[in-house]
Amino acid sequence: MEVIDLAWWKLGLAALLTLALAVAGYLTRLGITRSLLIAAARTVIQLALIGLVLEALFASSAFYWIALLALIMLLVAGREVVARQSRRLRGWWAFGIGTGAMFVSSFTVTVLALTVVIGPEPWYAPQYAIPLLGMLLGNTMTGVSLALDRLNESVWRQRAVIENRLMLGQTWQLALEDIRREAMRSGMMPSINAMAAAGIVSLPGMMTGQILAGSPPALAVKYQILVMLIITASTGFGALMAVSWGGRRLFDERERLRLDRLMKP
Amino acid sequence: MTGLVLESVSVGGLHDVSLEVPGGQVVCLSGVSGTGKSRLLRAVADLEPHGGSISLNGAGQRDMLAHQWRSRVIMVPADSQWWFDEVGAHFALNADTRLPAALGFSPEVMTWSVSRLSSGERQRLALWRALALEPQALLLDEPTANLDDETTKAVEAWLLEEIRQRQIAALWVAHNPAQIQRVASAHYRIHGARLEPVHGSD
Repeated sequence: MEVIDLAWWKLGLAALLTLALAVAGYLTRLGITRSLLIAAARTVIQLALIGLVLEALFASSAFYWIALLALIMLLVAGREVVARQSRRLRGWWAFGIGTGAMFVSSFTVTVLALTVVIGPEPWYAPQYAIPLLGMLLGNTMTGVSLALDRLNESVWRQRAVIENRLMLGQTWQLALEDIRREAMRSGMMPSINAMAAAGIVSLPGMMTGQILAGSPPALAVKYQILVMLIITASTGFGALMAVSWGGRRLFDERERLRLDRLMKP
Repeated sequence: MTGLVLESVSVGGLHDVSLEVPGGQVVCLSGVSGTGKSRLLRAVADLEPHGGSISLNGAGQRDMLAHQWRSRVIMVPADSQWWFDEVGAHFALNADTRLPAALGFSPEVMTWSVSRLSSGERQRLALWRALALEPQALLLDEPTANLDDETTKAVEAWLLEEIRQRQIAALWVAHNPAQIQRVASAHYRIHGARLEPVHGSD
């Protein structure tokens, strides 16, 4: 089965819909027009560019080019995690903790999925490695930034409670227990919700794309299950590391709460 | 040396604070607000970076883990915090059966919801929450600020009794001269960057 080619001018028709929404937003003064247009333009430009990059990458298949692209994806995700926290750790800590957590979880899960589960030849074949890493990194980025934002915000709001618990001789881990749990839940919620609704409420994007591209639904479903499970694992481990590293950094060696290490929003 | 000993402690605007609180005795701190009384207590509890050295019964603050220090030297802040729904969840095991009569609560208070407590009730329960952990030193930040005169005297008498009986070293921030007169075996006032001993009845 051959996939129907999409001409660029046909995408223009879809763009008109978004444009109509922007105009409606402008007329009714909803204040979304600007960010909507910028985001739409970014989508078109970024995806067009990555299309070119992937074409070149698939043609060369050299390991170091794939590794370079993976590194750039990681650094951009790290910057995004920093930008999405309103109160973040000072200095390089916000970037370091977010990027470190994403690197350890997403890259480990991607390499495991490639070598053990899917098994392309070579294992880093870009047709598999890059989309897989992209999906894991994107979801882990959301999870990590939600968890860190929640952690820092809750600690800030509940500083009196944390300090009172410390005054009663509790360890910093115990004094932070509830907040850590909340932060983890907040980071994991999108993945858990997505898994719960998959197939009933929504057909996940990757599966839809594969079916549109002509794969048999049974195969698309298997890939989708694989992807959702590893996305959840990657998001969960990423959020777990980010929350425990971030929580540790909010206390010093004498287990004092150090809010001076957080920036004002 | 027994008791709580501060040697040339500095924190915030305060410098060179040295004092001794023997076990079983109360040392009062006073001074206009904003002079750093609470901050000094926080430094003694090691919740704030500070200079100088602090020890309890000969054991230095830095020679033990911070939470071990704080389970011996417990601070009761001016506005206590409650983080669980139910009062009893904040207490050490068996604290409810030993609830002192002087506080004026029936044992059912442990099943109450925290939101039901008045500020005076919270303050009294916070004192018991700290004492039930069996500290060797207590840092009290205006422990009777939200209480009426009668309750203040009852709580004072109960605290003094506990402090003497268990040989607790107590550092007590107070404003009321009459209260200081009643509870303190020594009294210091913060004056500028220093702590000055107050003698006699002033």
